[in-house]
Amino acid sequence: MIFGIDVASMVLGGLAAGMVLFIVSVGLSVTMGLMGFVNLAHGAFAMLGGYIVVLAMKSWGIGFVPALAVGFILTAAVSIILERLLYSRLYKAAELDQVLFTIGLVFIFISAVTLIVGPENQPLFIPDALRGQLNLGILHYRTYSIFLIVVGVTIVLGLWLGFERTRFGAQIRAAVDNRRMTESLGINIDRLFTITFAFGSGMAALGGGLGAEFLGLDPQYPLKYLVFFLIVVAVGGPGRVFGAFYAAALIGVLDFALKKYLPQGGTLFIYVLTILLLLWRPQGLFGKSA
Amino acid sequence: MIKRILAASAAVAMSACFAQAQEVKIGLVAPFTGIGAEFGQQADRGIEQYLKLNADKIKPYTIKLIKRDDKNPSGADSKVAVQELLTQENVEALIGWIYSPNAFASAPVVTAGKKLAIITNAGTAHITLTSPYWVRTSFSMWHSGFPLGEAAAKILKAKTAVVGYSDFPPGKDELAAFKRSFEANGGKVIDEIPMGGPAQVPDFTPFFQRAKDAKPDVFFVFIPAGDHSAAVVKTYGALGMKEAGIKLIGPGDITQDTKLQAMGDAAIGLITMHHYNADLDNPENKRLVAAWHKDYGANSTPDFMAVGAYDGMAAIVHAIQATKGKLDGDAALASLKGWKDVSPRGPIMIDPETRDIVMNEYLSEVVKGADGKLHQKLLATIPNVKDPCKELKVGPCAGSN
Repeated sequence: MIFGIDVASMVLGGLAAGMVLFIVSVGLSVTMGLMGFVNLAHGAFAMLGGYIVVLAMKSWGIGFVPALAVGFILTAAVSIILERLLYSRLYKAAELDQVLFTIGLVFIFISAVTLIVGPENQPLFIPDALRGQLNLGILHYRTYSIFLIVVGVTIVLGLWLGFERTRFGAQIRAAVDNRRMTESLGINIDRLFTITFAFGSGMAALGGGLGAEFLGLDPQYPLKYLVFFLIVVAVGGPGRVFGAFYAAALIGVLDFALKKYLPQGGTLFIYVLTILLLLWRPQGLFGKSA
Repeated sequence: MIKRILAASAAVAMSACFAQAQEVKIGLVAPFTGIGAEFGQQADRGIEQYLKLNADKIKPYTIKLIKRDDKNPSGADSKVAVQELLTQENVEALIGWIYSPNAFASAPVVTAGKKLAIITNAGTAHITLTSPYWVRTSFSMWHSGFPLGEAAAKILKAKTAVVGYSDFPPGKDELAAFKRSFEANGGKVIDEIPMGGPAQVPDFTPFFQRAKDAKPDVFFVFIPAGDHSAAVVKTYGALGMKEAGIKLIGPGDITQDTKLQAMGDAAIGLITMHHYNADLDNPENKRLVAAWHKDYGANSTPDFMAVGAYDGMAAIVHAIQATKGKLDGDAALASLKGWKDVSPRGPIMIDPETRDIVMNEYLSEVVKGADGKLHQKLLATIPNVKDPCKELKVGPCAGSN
């Protein structure tokens, strides 16, 4: 029984962390699958969203949930401007150029945030209702973790409906599978991509705001967690919503378990596992084979 | 006429020469960009405040501070910065070093440069043994860890402890210090949890969950100063460890003044051992805190990093006066052995044998004040603590230079 509670708390803790990874990474996964564009600056949008949430709560005194909505909208708007002005010029460029451009963008974001807000961590104050412990019958667990799991599952279901049941979702799926064929059918890929990019950035912003409670929020954020976002996309398979969800949940729980039971290994295991997994299935667990 | 001009210009030249002799160049090495930028700012402001509040002690000399950014705890950038300060800027003394790895990396250059070098933060115990020119005005990890082990057993009446620490040299130092004195006083450390490296704030949930499952009386946490502390206190609160009867204790890094208010009520009841907090009640500290609020805003506060640098500059000023402005490395060093001063942290002295600081340690508890802000209430003072690591000759502290 005690062991059961141990395992349950481990799974819940890991899932909560995984949900944040999923919410941030899903946009990256879809844009990468759609355009093959390597956007290393994706984490910067998550950071931007987090900062907007914290600053909106602090200076306008609005609540956590409205602040998340503001973060989503403003970040999506910023990403549309950047996509039209900068990203769109590099879609046909070599991968190295894309990587250099987006990593440069990360450094600009880091410096801009340091300059405007300051180098220190920004504390996020979540509502009292989400603090403390929730009684789940067999065990008490951190309320916020349960909240994150509920939000993550709701989002993946929403995305699934959007992808599988709407015309727009069908267009995205078609474009991920065969872009040239989709274009020749008369679908405006540029517009499709701008909208998807903005939505993905908005999701990242949501993840940045939701995750700030335990990932923290400081100017180094986009670099600190970049590897984790990329692992989720690589393991899940680019362009796969459910792939990203399972991958994020798996990584969250595995990382939590390894840290809890083998803390001496530090963060090493998760990278070793990723390497082994990608050697076995280079296209990711859920990606289509090349 | 020409004679007069000549004489006048000679006088000007001489006075310029005289003025130059009065100016002493000091090199400051600290992170001013990147993740440690706020620490560099604390050190810089600590020095600025010392020079402002003690202008009369510096006369007739003037101090020119040359700042170099050592960016990160990698060591490499710090070493280059020190080399540049010594060979290109020709500084007379060095001050700074926030991170231990940077002090270790700089030690050979400091030794070769033969100039006084004051460590204002880096806390790994045996750093001072790596060069004969080091003088430390900050602390050794053992300064807090060792007395806290005894206090946990005797004052807090703890029988069991779990230690969680950031996995790098100061973390291991702190663990060793706490464990040694806690177990010598009848306690037992039942688990030791390395919690990731110092450069990034990890999600502490898995580590704290492990500590909670072990059900100790106290959970001793060492993390580097800075952003880790808010996450520690948050996770401690969110996992219900307080309700489970587990006390969170540690060195003052978990209640760093600059981070305290942002922690909220979850921080109430935290118990720390440290040599400084902004609530210390003494005239020197009151003067510093008041000046600090005036210059940098009411929400800004000095912390132990600022005070390390404040006292570091006090040491340099003492050495300048003692060597009549020459700051010859060996003479400057000799003048600081046994030097005493009254610091915002209380009375301090440089131990003549180890060149490390001797100071009071304060056991404090976080409480909510009448002003609605969090404060640190003094529970006990442990006077004149000498670095126990070198006193007891533990591990690398047994060496000499």
